[in-house]
Amino acid sequence: MENILAIMLSAIFINNLVLTKFLGLCPLFGVSKDTKSAMGMSLAVIFVMTLASASTWLIYTYMLTPLNIRFLQTISFILLIATLVQLIELIIRKHSPPLYRSLGIYLPLITTNCAIMGAVLLSIRGGYSFVEGIVFGISAGVGFGMVLLIMSGIRERLELSDTPKSLEGVPLAFITVGILSIIFVSFFGRIPL
Amino acid sequence: MSEKSYAHEFKKGVLKDNPVLCLLLGLCPALAVSTSIELALGMGAAVIFVLTASNLIISLLRGQIPVTVRIPSFIVVIATFVTVVDMTMLAFLPPLHRALGIYLPLIVVNCIVLGRAEVFASRNPPAISVVDGLGMGTGFTLALMLIGGIRELFGTGEIFFMGHTLLQVNIEPAMLMILPPGAFFVIGLLLGLINLLRDR
Repeated sequence: MENILAIMLSAIFINNLVLTKFLGLCPLFGVSKDTKSAMGMSLAVIFVMTLASASTWLIYTYMLTPLNIRFLQTISFILLIATLVQLIELIIRKHSPPLYRSLGIYLPLITTNCAIMGAVLLSIRGGYSFVEGIVFGISAGVGFGMVLLIMSGIRERLELSDTPKSLEGVPLAFITVGILSIIFVSFFGRIPL
Repeated sequence: MSEKSYAHEFKKGVLKDNPVLCLLLGLCPALAVSTSIELALGMGAAVIFVLTASNLIISLLRGQIPVTVRIPSFIVVIATFVTVVDMTMLAFLPPLHRALGIYLPLIVVNCIVLGRAEVFASRNPPAISVVDGLGMGTGFTLALMLIGGIRELFGTGEIFFMGHTLLQVNIEPAMLMILPPGAFFVIGLLLGLINLLRDR
């Protein structure tokens, strides 16, 4: 139980995917312009990340390892993620149109989202068990969503403020992320894990 | 294709359409492994190889791949070359392989590689696609080395390359520049500077 808690805290705060591992920067700048789409994207990422870590763990442990073809992990994981996203899209569209309307447009973007692939690789390299892997997937997704929501809040305010012309938009967003990142980096070593 | 347009395609990738600094593609690896010039060069070399090789193969197959399954096909081609780089580096340069960590397999989801496959290689003949891959890869590498150089200089006070100290300045090293926040600040200010120069 302690272990699970440690994985959660570490994935959300100390080793936050966006702020310390630089993963998922494209959606961070792409959909952080307003809070509503940031929320949709966050939920879609948490959902896919959890399923992806569970399914890649099964493939890695019961297929790649016994057959001694671990070197195929990059190819098999990326195909698995792409298939998974398509499958989820089909299922949600059929069974829950309201959910599809809110998550649907973000799903295709997720296939090439490096946060998903990165979280999957980190979870495999961390040597987690099945349950730990799922917890890591959920927490990493929550960490990503949290930063996305914080960013969208800050950017909505920044739109209205007077900023130097050459820094408008993406450059200023980077500097904002840098300041956020200082906060998260300072968690490092503070929480004894 | 005349010689001039090959040179044009190459220069386009390095300057006007620089993937990192102008198109804002491939940011994740650009920031993650740019803590030193050496690491930046290692990552750049891997990306140049993957980009050029996948551009060549995709361009050769451009009449064969059905439009509906083109993205998965591109991903398989790219993933194959990433695996080749991954295994070669593990065999010959294990320290570099360890330092690059998960960012090496993550070249698979690098938007530059898939983007060039979709926009350029699937519509153009092989020779020019190879040049495009080399140009984009070189542009990526130079941008990475620029960010890496700035971070290394301010973060450690010197630039260290292939066993030699290239440049040394007498400043108090700012640890922050080597840590993740430094990367965000450097790229933010660089992009601001580019905007400023462009407006002039």
